[in-house]
Parts: sequence; structure tokens; C-alpha cells
Amino acid sequence: MRTLLVAAALSLGAAAGPGVQAADKVKIGFVSTLSGPSAALGIDIRDAFQLAVKMNGGKLGGLPAEVLVGDDQFKPEVGRQLAEKYVKLDKVDFLTGFVFSNIMLASVPVAFENKTIYVSPNAAPSPLAGKQCNPYFFVASWPNDAYHEAAGQHATNKGYKSVYLIAPNYQAGKDSLAGFKRFYKGSIANEVYTQLGQLDYSAELAQARAAKPDALYIFLPGGMGINFIKQFVAAGLSKDIQLITPGFSSDQDIIRPVGDALLGTIDTAHWALDLDNATNRKFVAAFEKEYQRLPSLFAAQGYDTALLIDAAVRGAKGKVENVETVRKALRDAKFESSHGPFKLNRNQYPIQNYYLRVVARDSQGRLVNKTLGTIFKDHGDAYVQDCPMK
Amino acid sequence: MSWVLIAEQSLNGLQFGLMLFLLAAGLTLVFGIMDMINLAHGSLYMLGAFIAASLVQVTGSFAAGVLLAVPATALLGMILEVSILRTLYARDHLSQVLATFALILILNEAVRLVWGSDAALAMPQALSGPVELVPGLMYPAYRLLIIAVGLAVAVFLFLLINKTRIGMLVRAGASNREMALAMGVNIQALFTLVFGVGAALCAVAGALLGPLLAVQVGMGENILILAFVVIVIGGIGSMRGALLGALLVGIVDTIGRAFLPIAFGAFLPPQFASAAGPAIASVAIYLLMALILFFRPQGLFPARG
Repeated sequence: MRTLLVAAALSLGAAAGPGVQAADKVKIGFVSTLSGPSAALGIDIRDAFQLAVKMNGGKLGGLPAEVLVGDDQFKPEVGRQLAEKYVKLDKVDFLTGFVFSNIMLASVPVAFENKTIYVSPNAAPSPLAGKQCNPYFFVASWPNDAYHEAAGQHATNKGYKSVYLIAPNYQAGKDSLAGFKRFYKGSIANEVYTQLGQLDYSAELAQARAAKPDALYIFLPGGMGINFIKQFVAAGLSKDIQLITPGFSSDQDIIRPVGDALLGTIDTAHWALDLDNATNRKFVAAFEKEYQRLPSLFAAQGYDTALLIDAAVRGAKGKVENVETVRKALRDAKFESSHGPFKLNRNQYPIQNYYLRVVARDSQGRLVNKTLGTIFKDHGDAYVQDCPMK
Repeated sequence: MSWVLIAEQSLNGLQFGLMLFLLAAGLTLVFGIMDMINLAHGSLYMLGAFIAASLVQVTGSFAAGVLLAVPATALLGMILEVSILRTLYARDHLSQVLATFALILILNEAVRLVWGSDAALAMPQALSGPVELVPGLMYPAYRLLIIAVGLAVAVFLFLLINKTRIGMLVRAGASNREMALAMGVNIQALFTLVFGVGAALCAVAGALLGPLLAVQVGMGENILILAFVVIVIGGIGSMRGALLGALLVGIVDTIGRAFLPIAFGAFLPPQFASAAGPAIASVAIYLLMALILFFRPQGLFPARG
């Protein structure tokens, strides 16, 4: 049945003919995790993306924008099916949306094979930055290791003598701690790998207390981090040990369930609520007005993704059906993102600043991340030299 | 390695062991007295946690919510026994396993329909910090509460089983069901009651562990396996065996997670050392079980003389 549909779609496409004129609209396939326990991130990205389109009068780059939204249900096979449908049947001009790298990696090959551009609003794994960099893969967020590298640099700047590291025992956990160690010059008090999905950290916390480190850095995404931080504070460790996390472990979506326990947590990110630039002020105000909640950094990434596509369509003068023109326009895209001027490296991953933030109360008494300073200026990634693209 | 670390890890092991005991106590009674394998025991633990989360929200008080969740879950457990499980007593163990496994799936989906895949349950503000037990030894107040409640329930169960008439009937049922029946014990009412007590203990464990871990669908399945290990080690039907088995498993698991990585760290790279710790700790639990099954097939404290 599917082959029949594909054949029908292909013949329709052929009937439309290769006549190249400026398209009358730009079509975007947006596939993300929109249901289940991990849905908050995808929903933030989707809401901010649609907000950007709405603020732009329903257009991207001057063309009316049609956004097809699909839920991958946190399942790689569902994500791949939706990507296949959007790319082959709906013939979208851009594919975007995935939050989780495992689902994205299962789905994007469909886009690559069909020369459809994928703009990532979140997942930016290291292999696609290096040897396997792809002409149809663009990143509007941040390279996988960047937050960990910034955290390592911060620990070095701060002169910490010993840092305790905790991550789950799987590839992403090891990669993240490797990123931290790339820029941390002090000594490692201990490097602990826990079981993936572990919920009780009593034994690990007791070890950390006994080791008396200056700081503790964790890479524990999702529910693991929520549990760890609550138990860390309940054990009284927050008084003696500075907790450092990557930005996504103490952003708005984590603040909601964890609450006051996060006060004083130091983290690193490429964006913050209070970053002082015109785009960000406009974005934060509009997001809060539209959705009655503060945007997370995932929302900022979704917004930037829409702005990047907007700039590319404008740069290509609306000729979205010519993929090479659009690619070139994406690489040269110049616009003000939610974190300032946007710039891509030759592997099509961003070069940008990374900031030190602390969880504190704002003037209305709400818990938010406040910017403390800049850790990296115009920082790329460690893998770009392996990328054969020029 | 300082005494503080050893003391803190021992308390962690005790806390984990006591919570396992609450689950194993109900399981061992049901298994021992009714000769019934109830895989859905973990689902009652999940139900207890979700009900507690809702009631804490409604009443605005953690204590009131948890205290109300216990009888509510007990009632649900008894309804389950009367309506479904009672028909399974006469069947063989395989049918019981199949039917109660189906119950796990049904209850998981039911909870997902009613509450969603997780629920928020926060520990009371007053207990969210640490307490200095002796100078130099800080321990989370909430985990101390869990230890205190666990010990209190253990004492209560000991008195209930050994000093009351109901307890005597339960012991009689566990050691020889046919004889108890022949002596005129109303076994059916006793079964329902025992099931209710088991469900109540599940609710205590679920509600207390909820704020520490997470109240989510499927939370009962992993801990159920450990509870089965506990009753096999302790001796099926034996309350004393459940308590000692649970403490043994809790301490062995914590020691493995805490001290084996240190021991291995001396001669292995960290990712292997810390992976080997929990892996060997969980193997140690099953190794212990296998050894006990080999040398004492009835468990450490068999209920049937």
C-alpha cells in the first residue's frame, strides 16, 4: 500500500513538472515528542516555532508558511514513519522538530536520501559534526558537548581543585564527561557512572560527601536529574558542595517539578531568559503572553529554528524548490537570534557564546536562570576538523 | 574510609531494606497462607503511591494524605481479592502467574487513564533537609522518617502475628492450611483480611518512597522482583524471615553500590569499576538466594515446621 502511495505521489510530482519558479508557499514538516513523560521539551519547541511563524504574520521568508506537526511518541520507528510521510508524500521543503538524538538519527536519513534539509532545533550529536557531517543537516541549537565544555571551563576559571563527576553508564554519559574534562584543568575527585534510569542516589551522595569535592558536575537528563537534585539538597550537600549542571538540567522545565531545591545551582547554556538583545526581549514577552509560562531554552531553540528558516527562504529569494540555493542561503544566513548574531561553522553547527547562569528569584519572586557572565565567546566544536565539507 | 561514610551507607541499607520488608511482608503472607503467587503485588504499591499523591493534594497535608491512602489501598486490595483473585486459589501456579501478570498490565493502563503516566508527590517541607545525628554525621530527615515508620510497622506486625488471635490464625494457616480449615477457621474471611493488610503495607511503602523516587506507572515491577528474592531467602510465609531477608538484601545492595566501586577503583578504570559495583551487587543478591536455596531450600526461617 505504501509503495502504491509513494508511486502515486511520485507520478503527481512528475506531473507537476520541474518548472522552476518562486514557490507560493514554504512547507515545513515538524516531528517531535509531544506526548508521554518527556513531552515538555518538544511542546516548548513546537510552541515557540509556531509563535515565531505567527509573529511573522504566518510567513517565513516572505512566503506563507504551512507547518505540518506530528508526534513521534518517543518512538524512533514512529518518528521515521512521519519523516518518511512528510518528505516523500507531502514533499516538505524543510524537516525539523526532533528532540531526542536517537529518534532523530533513525529518521533523518530519509531526509538526506531525498535531499530535504533538516534543521535541528535540539539534538546535535558529535558524529554529525565530524566525519559524518552532512550537507542537508543544519543545527540551530548547540553542539552536543558545548554545555559540558563550558562547565569544565567554568570550573577551571573558578580554580576548583577537585570536581566530582556523575553520569549514567552509557555512551552519551561518557561523551558528556569527556567534554567537561576537555576544558577542566583541576583534578577529578571521582568519576561515577550510575545505572541508566537509576532513581535513588543515596549511596552515590554518601560517597560524594565523603570525598569533599569543591564542586559536583552531573549529566543526568530527565527524571534522573530531578531525583538527584532533590536528594542532593535533602542530604544537606548543597551547603558544602557547589552543584554545576548543564543548562537543560536546571532550566524552566526542571524548575517546575523541582522548585526551590534548585536555588543557587550553577549551569551553563547558550541562552538565558535575561539575555539582553532585542530579539530575545521580544521573544520572551510574546511567549509568556501567548502561553502563560516562561520559555525554556528548548523554546528559544525552536524560535531560532524558525528564524533560521525565515532567513534562508528570504536569502534564496523564495526559490525553496531549489535545494542548493536554499543550502547556500542557510550557510550564509545572517539574522539576530534569541542569543544574538547567528553564525554557522563549516560543518553547519553554530559558533556562538556560552554563558554562566545561576538559578535565582526574579523581581516577581519566580525561579529563573540569571546570567552571571560569558564563559566562551564564538565557540565552535571539537569535531569540525574531521568534517570534509568546505 | 571514615566511620561517617560507613554509618551513612548502613543507614541507606537499613532504609532500603525496611521498605523492601513492607512489600515482602504482604507477599510472603499471601504466598505462604494462600499458596498464591501474586505478581500484581507491585501494582498495589503503585496504586498506593498514586492514591497518596492525590490525597496529599486534596487534604493539603502529607501525613493526612498518606494515612488516608493506606486504608483506601487496603480496601482496593480486598475488592481485588474478593472479585478476581479468590477464583485463582484452586488453580495451579502457572495460571496464577498468567492471571496476575495480566492484572499488572490492566492496572498500569488503568492508572495511566486516571492519573496519567506520573503524579507529583513532594516530601513535607519540614523534612526536606538533613539532620545532624551525631557531630559529623548528617542524614536526610525524610529518610530517617522512612526508617522510623519501617521499624514501627515491623514491631506492629510482630505483635499482630505473635500476640493476637488473628495472628495465631494467620500462623496456623501458614504452617498447615488444611488443618486450620479442619479446625473451623473461616479461611475465606482470613484470606481477604490478609490481602487487605498486604495492600496496606504496599501503600505505606509506595507513599513513603514516592517523594524520594518517582510516582510513575510501572514503578512496582522492579521492586517486586527484589521482594520475591526476599521471601525466598527469608522462608515463604515467615514474617521474621521477610524482615531479615529484606535487611540482608538492602544492605548487600547498598554495600555493592557504595564500596565495590572503591575496591575495584584501585585497579580498574572508573567506568568499569562503577559499572562492576552495581552489577556484582545485584548478582550477589541472587547468589545469596541460590546458596540459601541450595543449603536451606525452605529459606532461613521456614513457616512450615
